[in-house]
Amino acid sequence: MTGAEPTPGNGYLIRGASPLGGPRQDLLIRDGLIARVGPGAAPDPGTRVIDADGLIALPGMVDLHTHLREPGREDAETVETGSRAAALGGFTAVHAMANSSPVADTAGVVEQVYSLGERAGWVEVRPVGAVTVGLAGERMAELGAMAESRARVRVFSDDGICVSDPVLMRRALEYVKAFDGVIAQHAQEPRLTEGAQMNEGEVSAVLGLTGWPAVAEESIIARDVLLAQHVNSRLHVCHVSTAGSVEILRWAKARGISVTAEVTPHHLLLTDDLVRSYNPVYKVNPPLRTADDVQALREALADGTIDAVGTDHAPHPSEHKECEWAQAAMGMTGLETALSVVQHAMVETGLLDWEGFARVTSTRPAEIGRLAHQGRPLAEGEPANLILVDPAARWTVDPHRMATMGRNSPFAGLQLPGRVSATFYRGHPTVLDGALNTPLTPAAKETAWTG
Amino acid sequence: MKHLLSTHDLALHDALRLLDTAEEMAAVGEREIKKLPALRGRTVVNLFYEDSTRTRISFEAAAKRLSADVINFAAKGSSVSKGESLKDTAQTLEAMSADAVVIRHPASGAPARLAASGWIDAAVLNAGDGTHEHPTQALLDAFTLRRHWAKVAGTGSPGSDLTGMRVLIVGDILHSRVARSNVWLLKTLGAEVTLVGPPTLLPVGVDTWPCTVRYNLDEALADRPDAVMMLRLQAERMNAAFFPSTREYSRRWGFDDARLAALDTLGLGDTVIMHPGPMNRGLEISAAAADSVRSTVLAQVRNGVSVRMAALYLLLAGGTHDHPAAPTVRENPALSPTKEPAV
Amino acid sequence: MTVPAPHAGAAPRVVLAEADIDRALTRIAHEILEANKGASDLVLLGIPRRGYPLAQRLARRIGAVDPSVDPRAITGQLDVTLYRDDLQRNPTRPPRATQLPPTGIDEKVVVLVDDVLYSGRTIRAALDALADLGRPRIVRLAVLVDRGHRELPIRADHVGKNLPTSSAERVRVHLEEIDTAGGRPVNEVVIEGGA
Repeated sequence: MTGAEPTPGNGYLIRGASPLGGPRQDLLIRDGLIARVGPGAAPDPGTRVIDADGLIALPGMVDLHTHLREPGREDAETVETGSRAAALGGFTAVHAMANSSPVADTAGVVEQVYSLGERAGWVEVRPVGAVTVGLAGERMAELGAMAESRARVRVFSDDGICVSDPVLMRRALEYVKAFDGVIAQHAQEPRLTEGAQMNEGEVSAVLGLTGWPAVAEESIIARDVLLAQHVNSRLHVCHVSTAGSVEILRWAKARGISVTAEVTPHHLLLTDDLVRSYNPVYKVNPPLRTADDVQALREALADGTIDAVGTDHAPHPSEHKECEWAQAAMGMTGLETALSVVQHAMVETGLLDWEGFARVTSTRPAEIGRLAHQGRPLAEGEPANLILVDPAARWTVDPHRMATMGRNSPFAGLQLPGRVSATFYRGHPTVLDGALNTPLTPAAKETAWTG
Repeated sequence: MKHLLSTHDLALHDALRLLDTAEEMAAVGEREIKKLPALRGRTVVNLFYEDSTRTRISFEAAAKRLSADVINFAAKGSSVSKGESLKDTAQTLEAMSADAVVIRHPASGAPARLAASGWIDAAVLNAGDGTHEHPTQALLDAFTLRRHWAKVAGTGSPGSDLTGMRVLIVGDILHSRVARSNVWLLKTLGAEVTLVGPPTLLPVGVDTWPCTVRYNLDEALADRPDAVMMLRLQAERMNAAFFPSTREYSRRWGFDDARLAALDTLGLGDTVIMHPGPMNRGLEISAAAADSVRSTVLAQVRNGVSVRMAALYLLLAGGTHDHPAAPTVRENPALSPTKEPAV
Repeated sequence: MTVPAPHAGAAPRVVLAEADIDRALTRIAHEILEANKGASDLVLLGIPRRGYPLAQRLARRIGAVDPSVDPRAITGQLDVTLYRDDLQRNPTRPPRATQLPPTGIDEKVVVLVDDVLYSGRTIRAALDALADLGRPRIVRLAVLVDRGHRELPIRADHVGKNLPTSSAERVRVHLEEIDTAGGRPVNEVVIEGGA
């Protein structure tokens, strides 16, 4: 991070914001950095003043788990639309999952995605590299080439598909040590989940939908933490969804195993009871679980057993959801609701304060993804990746008013707390007054945002 | 009642109304002129995504006896990639002014999806969806059981329920929509239901069902059931490692001649044997059992028409303005306080 | 239809008391026998709900006159729900039982019995229902009350009482086989509502 991107005018003076919910401060942002933090700063001529009375300042959110769909499924999402959604949702960095078409399993594809992100200029787009060629689970992709490419890939994942071959998983865990990479595992034992449609339990028994047992996730996590211990590597577990997984992670962390984990906002709020409607908007991988699981996940996120929130933002064209449950695609959008859902599930329940919120949405994910200039403290000299949030706002989720192309939000119609008022990405306001402003890059000139 | 999607949510009052109406429909089936004008001018579409000649002709006969116009729509291969989507088909039927859609579908929940989607305004009748439910089959089973139970008690069938009746349901519960629909409905009607099958063919979560679960058929028979319902073993299960061999399955969970004889030994003169059909003779039921005087197989088929007439009549005969009580499906109850774990 | 409910407009007034009903039914029973020249081939079919107890009462009176007649053997119930022409205008009603006497109705003299004759649509439905059940030699109609306002070319052969009414009024028949008031069985015909 050079931190010296040009900023229009003479910067921004954010007046009266509460960093991490603490005492009110003024923050002066200039040349991509937080130039000053303190009360009563007088603006220079040309400095734009932003009244942040009642707003909380937080480090820009970092998503470890985003599906931007480009290249290949531009009918579902593009880097442009997805990163707009990210900016509106309060993110300054997202990790773009590798299951595009072609798969992001070569330096060429990850550099393409990286460039698309740069060109869009709304957030930092960090490609995730595939672990295996074509996500086929057979042989390792060129992880080193991706790591050394311009995209500087550090997170590798076959997300959507589990690296179920234990030998392959072991080798991948070992191999990425060479460049401080991490394998982000989609923990799903394939044989135990053949044809699986929803969490296996009381509800699946009634609905006659093929069950997706918790043990299919837990057995892979158990195996992988032992592998990580054995080869002394770094493991990241994607979208943890069961209470049993939490127990295994807790055990592994207590033994000093280098494992990190994420949880999605929807797994912090929704349960498999919703599937009773057979509305495929609730169809997701891993599936919605029980209220006991939700409770365990919340507690684990609060106590650090689970490190981070990852949205698993998965937009789908409407025809993939307007159909029978069994035929519907799995996945939910999440970028533009993550902050509100986490506030609702974690902050308003007293499980996390705003400092904790910053830890799980920004600091820890940035550390896991090795993004040196994201998730930093709101202090002088730090990169100005930060957001202003109105925690008192209440809004009703309407997927048709979102920037993502996906309309598959399971939160549609719900009233949620918290609204992103502004997003600063490298000192540039991508979002102002709750609406998209301009992107950071020269591409700003060609923007014609009319939403 | 706007739709008939499952027996899980069927109140006792509605179940009895269906069964009592079916009694009157059965009387029509015994007359020389087996036709009623009640649904004249109404259009019933049989939308079948799975072959099931039995269920289709039963619904067809029911609709025709009520003077409805019947359109048969065989729509196999329904995936978005292979052909027309359920949504497009539904909107097509809506454009053709279908008043009711009788839907058979391999995907659990497809009828519920159709009913709640807003793609179509017609009444939706579930004629079997995946491994979810088959409500009219359960209603015809309950109808058959109720007549038998009333006969044993020496009373009349209309208005009565199944209080105290002990019913065994035997076989592949996991994949059976018939079993699911029967468990809920028979329980609602007051029967005591026991499920019997190999543990591999009982769903995880069955312990929360309002019934008893056993693995041993002989022990279950020794508990003196009033009815034994044998489920069909689907061919695709036979090779899927749910049990070692069909021979072993048949020996442990089939209703064979020895078990037929055991009913006599136990002095269970009034115990009936049911099967939803089509039967695998010699596998889940022996030929002697299927053809014995205890067998209600043909009565079940006959009663199927009456029950489906009742369902069509009750869903379709009234004006469309009379459904203020139809549940408005709230698509998104996620934040309701009861769904949220206390923190 | 169980307890006479207070109705907007005029208070309910009794137009036939129990003794009036008894007298009317006795007279109708005699008329039926006279018209039929005896009890042979007679079948009385009550239309639910209150036509059926009326048919039973008439049959008992006929049996009292002609002891060779078993009242139960000539009485039945004819439900017309499934033949109504107003099904789609009203909430769905479950049908009631149709029970014919063991002799059936072919070549019989069928007397349809109902409590109130009004528009005539119920009787139209009854005639259709009858045609699907068999072929009577003659069909006649007996009603306790004819309140006018016919919408179809139908008239009763035997009428207990002609009651001129306004269409805003409601005629309620209460019979002890079905109705109670304050826990007591009642037999009366009342008019409710109207101007």
